[in-house]
Amino acid sequence: MTQRHGSLLDRTFPYWSLLPAVIVFVVLSVYPMVNLLVMAVSTFRFEGGAEITTFNPMANISRFASDPVLRPALVNTLIFVAISVTLEMVIGLWLALLASRAVSAKGLLRTLIILPILVPPVAIGSMWRLIYNYEFGVINQFLALFGLDPVNWLGDSRFALMSVILVDVWHWVPFIFLILFAAVEGIPVDMLEAARIDGARQSQITRYVMLPMLLPAIIVAFTFRSILAFKAFDEVFLLTSGGPGTATEIISLHLYKVFFVQNDLGYGAMLSIVTILMVVSFMLVARKATSALER
Amino acid sequence: MGQLTMLQRCALTFAIFMVVGPFAWIAMSSFKYQVDIYQGSWIFEPTLANYKDVLFSLRSNFTGNLWNSMVVATLSTILVLILGTLAAYSLHRFAWSPWVSKTIIGWMLFFHMIPVMTLVGPWYLIFRRLGMYDSYTGLVLTHVTINLPMTVWMMMAFFKEVPVEMEEAAEIDGCSRLQSFFYVVLPVVVPGLIAAGVLAFIFSWNEFAIALNLTSRETATVPIGVSKFAQEYEIQHAQMAAASILATIPAVLIMFFGQKFVVRGLTLGSVK
Repeated sequence: MTQRHGSLLDRTFPYWSLLPAVIVFVVLSVYPMVNLLVMAVSTFRFEGGAEITTFNPMANISRFASDPVLRPALVNTLIFVAISVTLEMVIGLWLALLASRAVSAKGLLRTLIILPILVPPVAIGSMWRLIYNYEFGVINQFLALFGLDPVNWLGDSRFALMSVILVDVWHWVPFIFLILFAAVEGIPVDMLEAARIDGARQSQITRYVMLPMLLPAIIVAFTFRSILAFKAFDEVFLLTSGGPGTATEIISLHLYKVFFVQNDLGYGAMLSIVTILMVVSFMLVARKATSALER
Repeated sequence: MGQLTMLQRCALTFAIFMVVGPFAWIAMSSFKYQVDIYQGSWIFEPTLANYKDVLFSLRSNFTGNLWNSMVVATLSTILVLILGTLAAYSLHRFAWSPWVSKTIIGWMLFFHMIPVMTLVGPWYLIFRRLGMYDSYTGLVLTHVTINLPMTVWMMMAFFKEVPVEMEEAAEIDGCSRLQSFFYVVLPVVVPGLIAAGVLAFIFSWNEFAIALNLTSRETATVPIGVSKFAQEYEIQHAQMAAASILATIPAVLIMFFGQKFVVRGLTLGSVK
């Protein structure tokens, strides 16, 4: 109807509006991913700025088979994701439920609790390195106050992974809180009133009225968070760089080391593909599970 | 609504303390001389020496890092807003066949899921070949790429809120598609643009993994600068604290002004 008197620019609007984004995706995400497949069967050497590529899939496969760090990295990643996401969901939900009933302080609460999301993860890492410091960190200062021995939070392989997880929980509980708090606020008040008039106790209201209504938001928060947990890198890099030994080595750190410390781009590409497959299969399973839950 | 018990009040207060406490302690440490940090003293003579050292000493390049971050975050935010908004509108408004829109949205979902470190390797190779390693262009483009999915989703959610009748009315009044987009729809979704812009800026400002591997001293961003203080042979704890505080300020300022929009943007899609 408007086609007749529209200019060329106007008629082609649907196409040229989508095109730039598609080009960016093709050039900077599809192409690199195809590149991964090629890289995974090659070995790279750099000689005076020139790059020499040889087709050599066996080299990478044999490295993959005998990589001593791979197993701990995968195990640590799974532990890291499982524990941090679980803790964050539980604490975040609990705080959201509590905060929604703190009538007077809602705004202040939200502004304050949002703070850790804004801080550059690198800064969070270096902040907590100070806090965890063996000699003068504030946690060990408190322990000394109660006459307890200082703990080497990041240097002792028994505690290192837990310490790193704790920082992640501190960083991301606010994010879960933010999403679930908005969802709690969105529950119609008269529904809760009705339940109360029918004689339900607060705990019953929470369990049988609020939780079912929050389920979609909980699933969204959980999905987002698990995705981000698999991506963790910055804080761990700053806190421990994977140490002591391989105690806090997670998959992104291992990838970084293979790619950019050992400069093994071929094996790094192969590891990347394995990582991508792992994350995707986790998400598929999680989606199956949550959609079953929603029904 | 129900009242909180004493115990619940304490729990909430404790939660706030747990969030604010570490910041307070770090902020305090950033005003201490190294000696006071090592002695763990709570009463000390405050000093600006650490901030001066971080900003103006010749050893650190923090002002350069600040400038680089400002350039990269600003450029990538503007670009991602333009690309993301146009793409979101196109996907939302025009009758794309399902395989086109599903492929694009599905790819964004997939791309958003995978750890960015898996792609930094190929990016490094590609930029090296193109001579864009250690350049603003490379870093800006990668930041646009990682922020694009979020921008498109958020803008699509905001476009869905705009009643179709508004555009139909505009078209009956003789607006072309372009005019109705620029003069009718776009002004209505300004809150969405702010929300997506604030988030894209903060993500770009905070981004570390890519910058670590695609930049060197000349183009290094703030997170790289912060990490340097923790990695030198002798860790400079006081400077580390000051740099962390300095790196946080821009994001906090921006969020302070944009919070209302961001909260709405984050929850628009998720709570319905």
